[in-house]
Amino acid sequence: MGHDTAEWVFVGVVIAVLLYVGVDSWVVQKEVEDIPADAETVQVTGQQWFWSFQHADGTKEVSTLHLKVGHAYKFEITSRDVMHSFNIPDWVVFEDAVPGHINHAWFAPDTVGTYPIQCREYCGLLHYNMRGSLVVEADTKS
Amino acid sequence: MVLELQKPRPVWQIMFSTHHTDVALLYTVTGLSFLFMAGVLAMIIRTHLFFPGQGVLISDSATFNRIFTVHGLTMLFLFALPVANGIGNYLVPIMVRYKDMAYPKLNAVAFWMNPVGGALLWLGFADVSWVSYAPYSIIRAPGPAADMFIFGMKILGISSILSSINFIVTIIKCKHPDLSLRRVPLFAWSMLTVSLMTIIAMPTYAAALIMMLTDRLGVSGFFNPFAGGDPIAYLHLFWFTFHPEVYIFLLPAIGMMYEIIPRFSRKPLFSQASGVFAFVMLGIIGFASWGHHMYSTGMDFTTKTVFMIGTLAAVPASGMHVFNFLATMWGGRIRFAAPMKFAVGGIALFFSAGAGGVLNSAMPLDFISHGTYWVVGHMHLFLTGTIAFGFVAMIYYIFPFITGRMYSEKWANVHFIAMLWGTVQVFFTQHLLGLEGMPRRIYDYPADFTSWTQLNQIATVGAWILGAGFVVFLAQLIYYSAKGKPANMEDPFGLGGKYYYPVEAKNPHHHTGY
Repeated sequence: MGHDTAEWVFVGVVIAVLLYVGVDSWVVQKEVEDIPADAETVQVTGQQWFWSFQHADGTKEVSTLHLKVGHAYKFEITSRDVMHSFNIPDWVVFEDAVPGHINHAWFAPDTVGTYPIQCREYCGLLHYNMRGSLVVEADTKS
Repeated sequence: MVLELQKPRPVWQIMFSTHHTDVALLYTVTGLSFLFMAGVLAMIIRTHLFFPGQGVLISDSATFNRIFTVHGLTMLFLFALPVANGIGNYLVPIMVRYKDMAYPKLNAVAFWMNPVGGALLWLGFADVSWVSYAPYSIIRAPGPAADMFIFGMKILGISSILSSINFIVTIIKCKHPDLSLRRVPLFAWSMLTVSLMTIIAMPTYAAALIMMLTDRLGVSGFFNPFAGGDPIAYLHLFWFTFHPEVYIFLLPAIGMMYEIIPRFSRKPLFSQASGVFAFVMLGIIGFASWGHHMYSTGMDFTTKTVFMIGTLAAVPASGMHVFNFLATMWGGRIRFAAPMKFAVGGIALFFSAGAGGVLNSAMPLDFISHGTYWVVGHMHLFLTGTIAFGFVAMIYYIFPFITGRMYSEKWANVHFIAMLWGTVQVFFTQHLLGLEGMPRRIYDYPADFTSWTQLNQIATVGAWILGAGFVVFLAQLIYYSAKGKPANMEDPFGLGGKYYYPVEAKNPHHHTGY
């Protein structure tokens, strides 16, 4: 029926676009969540209102995190008090820091530089200032 | 009709009335008052964020946190839901050809819970953010503000449930026996759908509020990880209610557009069946997507995928409404009076809001946008761009029927241009701010992030333009309801053809003598 055909075509196009978005998301997210086996673990702890880090070898840092270029790192993220969200926007590292949970995110920086770290879940008075720095430096050893 | 401004009734008679038209007026006037109160808060926030640095306009971050919390709560629960209820109270009994709502006294009680809840929210002025996530709201948010928030929201939630019961019984049980449910106007269908959704969704949040309160008192540990609980449990309960709730905010505005667009296109609606189907489908599928607000909480891949599918599945229903509107307008002889301008502007912004939403629902893209100003822009395109536009369209449309006078079309044009331009300038810009990484709910941002400063300034100017539009609207409503030219009550908009208006609906209980 001519009256309804246009509507069916319209809905069909919408569904086709959504299917594309869904399938592509599935594919990309699968890759994003595939943490490499050789990723070095960095423990991230958020608390009101700063980030602290502990490397695999036990070294600790507060607010500024030093990592090496060309290595894969896996973050184990948690919180000491309220919900926070660990975010390195330039590297699309983003996962909530939930007390009582350990969440994971990973990345492999391939460019040296200094990048902001911020909190992206409202956590009270100084949420706006819960900032840190990621310093990716050249790998001087290997 | 109601206000009869030529022969005014004493205010207390309206306040204590249980007649649906009076309760409608109470809902709408208080709703609009709260709109302007929350709007002032928004102007304060946007002006403060014009420059980086503390103390630009707001002295400290604690105050800022309270301001954005109360802005959100007021706009959603003291403006959007009440005005929808107001228009619904006014029109639904007329549309189903019944004399009043099913339970008039309950109707009045449900209304009066709104100012009480509103007073608790405003006097408390909590800083929990409107979502009030645990554990912050439990172990950190100071009382009595947070406790007043809980009680205020509890009262507003109960009010919502009570008015939903009223709408469901009125539409299903009290409609005229000769009127089949399929032929009930689509605005009434939208109120029926949101009322059913409210009954199912709201009790979950009511439970979460009680659990939050007992956690705060230290007698339970539902969401407090230091008492054996899990904050993520709160998020599930909250979003199980509030994802459907966003459709509950939206659908009445879509329903209002269904009243306006066919009439002002001087053409029958393209498809009543599509409209009904789309409302019901959204009402059901809207319950399947709440986890898309929680993608970053540590959910496993399969769960995220299920919620993404649930989110995307609801999009065709919205698309059907857009198609219905466009197909109705196609080939019509359109009268672009203010109601039609706002309705069509609302559809265009609805489409852009939905398009942005499809991007959010894509799992990997949400990790870029969640918790940033992208989401603020996206949600405001729905809230301001669709809901406020729809409400404004409806208010201009019923203005002559209620006041017997016409508003000024010239000033309505000024209002429309300011509101459209302002909405686009603030909220499209905020999408860009989000892509630049600016988080939500932040009192200040680093001064050396020049792109953030520039985009914030563009957004703030847009907010001022939008605010100016609302000031014009308020002035219109007040001035022209008293001094406007008497409207031609047979056909105030010059559409031609008496069958276009609901006034002449075959309703034995409503008399059309003015």
